[in-house]
Amino acid sequence: MTSISESSRPANGSRVDLPAGGGDTSVSSPPRRRRRGLGWAERLEIVALTGPATIVFLAFVMFPVAMAAYYGFFRWEGYGVPTDFIGFQNYITIIKDPIFHDALKHNAFIVVMSLVLQGPAALLLALLMNRKMRGQSVIRVLIFVPYVISEVVVGTGWSLMLQSAGAVNDALEKIGLGFLANEWLSDPDIAIWTLMLIITWKYIGFAVIIFLAGLQGIPQEIYEAAQIDGASYWQIQRRITLPLLGPTIRIWAFLSMIGSLQLFDLVYIIWGQYIASTAGTSTMATYMVSYGRNAGSFGYGNAVAVVLFLISLVCALTYQRFVLRRDTEGAVTGGAR
Amino acid sequence: MAATSVAPPLARKRRPPRQHGAQRRANAAVYAVAVLLIIVMLAPVAYIIIGGFRTNAEITTDPSGFPRVWQVGNYVDVLTGGVFWQQVLNSTIAAVTTTVAVVALGLMVSFAIARYNFRGRGALYALYAAGLMFPMTVAITPLYIMVRSIGLMNKLGGVILPQIAFALPVTVIILVPFLRAIPTELQEAAAIDGCSRLGFFWRMVLPLSLPGVITVGILAFIGSWNSYLLPLFILNDDAAYTLPLGVQAFASRYSVDTARVLAFTSLAMLPALAFFSLFERRIVGGLTGAVKG
Repeated sequence: MTSISESSRPANGSRVDLPAGGGDTSVSSPPRRRRRGLGWAERLEIVALTGPATIVFLAFVMFPVAMAAYYGFFRWEGYGVPTDFIGFQNYITIIKDPIFHDALKHNAFIVVMSLVLQGPAALLLALLMNRKMRGQSVIRVLIFVPYVISEVVVGTGWSLMLQSAGAVNDALEKIGLGFLANEWLSDPDIAIWTLMLIITWKYIGFAVIIFLAGLQGIPQEIYEAAQIDGASYWQIQRRITLPLLGPTIRIWAFLSMIGSLQLFDLVYIIWGQYIASTAGTSTMATYMVSYGRNAGSFGYGNAVAVVLFLISLVCALTYQRFVLRRDTEGAVTGGAR
Repeated sequence: MAATSVAPPLARKRRPPRQHGAQRRANAAVYAVAVLLIIVMLAPVAYIIIGGFRTNAEITTDPSGFPRVWQVGNYVDVLTGGVFWQQVLNSTIAAVTTTVAVVALGLMVSFAIARYNFRGRGALYALYAAGLMFPMTVAITPLYIMVRSIGLMNKLGGVILPQIAFALPVTVIILVPFLRAIPTELQEAAAIDGCSRLGFFWRMVLPLSLPGVITVGILAFIGSWNSYLLPLFILNDDAAYTLPLGVQAFASRYSVDTARVLAFTSLAMLPALAFFSLFERRIVGGLTGAVKG
């Protein structure tokens, strides 16, 4: 079993190179250097191999992204060629719109709370599950189930359960916690916490799984040495596990942050396009869809997309610059502090 | 752990007969947490599945109870209606085509990046790595316009092509290290035996990189199966709906018929669950390998 999961990893232990910078360095070791020039047959092979994928990639990823930047400067209903050039007017509207400010605040809240709620909980669970115990593999599978189910199913199920006369309130009543019953979805004070609950439920499995993988990569000898030196369980976790797990935690935090900034599906399915903002759960992405395509303002929607992208990019680069840099420098003990 | 390794080999066959009290309490606590965790993780899923076996009247009067009589009517209704199967078919076509194309194209370009020495190789790799930074959310509006202008609206092709493109970065990032890890000696030996480089690709690279290929294939499949935003923009016609859109449409059309919605929803998640339980090790291993190797 372990051999399968081991072998599915690249043997040289490389990991995802984070974009913007990491690319070139990791291609540094050419696998072979037999002759200097390339024959025409070899050139043809390279073109045939790289061509199709690169064309599809450029056409359906890079081109639309570039077009988003272009369309963002127009007032445009999405038909014909955009002609009504309005410069930065869309962007000024976005920056001034209080509804967008709300969405941005919600995104910021979701980013922070995802890290705060999922991180420690997932870490604790991973530590617990890293002990030798029966049924470990079953738990590993079950904790991952919500992550595999589609957002639509999750959203539909939870929104039915969380209705005011739904299963959650009813179950609370039954076990004598009726005072906890709430308008989970519509009360603006609670709705975003409900969203956080659902997000945590859906995505914590992912965090646990990668933390577990990180834990299993820590050499056993270190633990044994610490045990011989008389360190207690929690001392070992704090002084050894946490620092050595640092790179894994930081990568997870990066992925979680980007995912939280782009959050769309769950909110749009549970709260729909209209009540998300009154319930206080709208995100930048739902704002983009509601005020872009659904309102017929394609130029404006594209401008929102550009803003969303720039915010993500700035966050990603800042994070890489100040947090991930240690890992790329190869310092193993970045420390949890 | 330490205790078992100190124990003589004979005793290792059985579980250690006696544990310290503290350790046993700790173990009990761990199991208690684990059981609680499983309940929390599975309760919503169970609610959806079990709810499908109840009647609407039951659900209204006792939302969190078990069915008094297990009704299969809701499931039978969904399974005998044509809508569900049409959507399963659409989802399957989209997911399989996306997966096959992503694996084929990704393998080709990764092979070139990993095993050929050409100018622009680093730039090509960097291009795909940068692609990780462009989530579909950002490009969705222009994608919609583009798909519309090439006449693929309401066609599965309009979903499949962008999905392939957006799955390529992860695929390339995972596959390149796999392909590079294949020893050069193997390639040289193959060359001596008269194997061309493309022959090497078919005979050696493909089998040797199978774990990586399966991993990226599964990621692409599940991504496509669950995808929502893109079909929401591209597919407006009921006949072209994939399952996620179908679930949402069904839930709003029959919003008073909660039991049937629950039955439909649980049937819609079954394929993903079945697929996941089949390939669980690959998925978990692949994700962890991709994030941290």
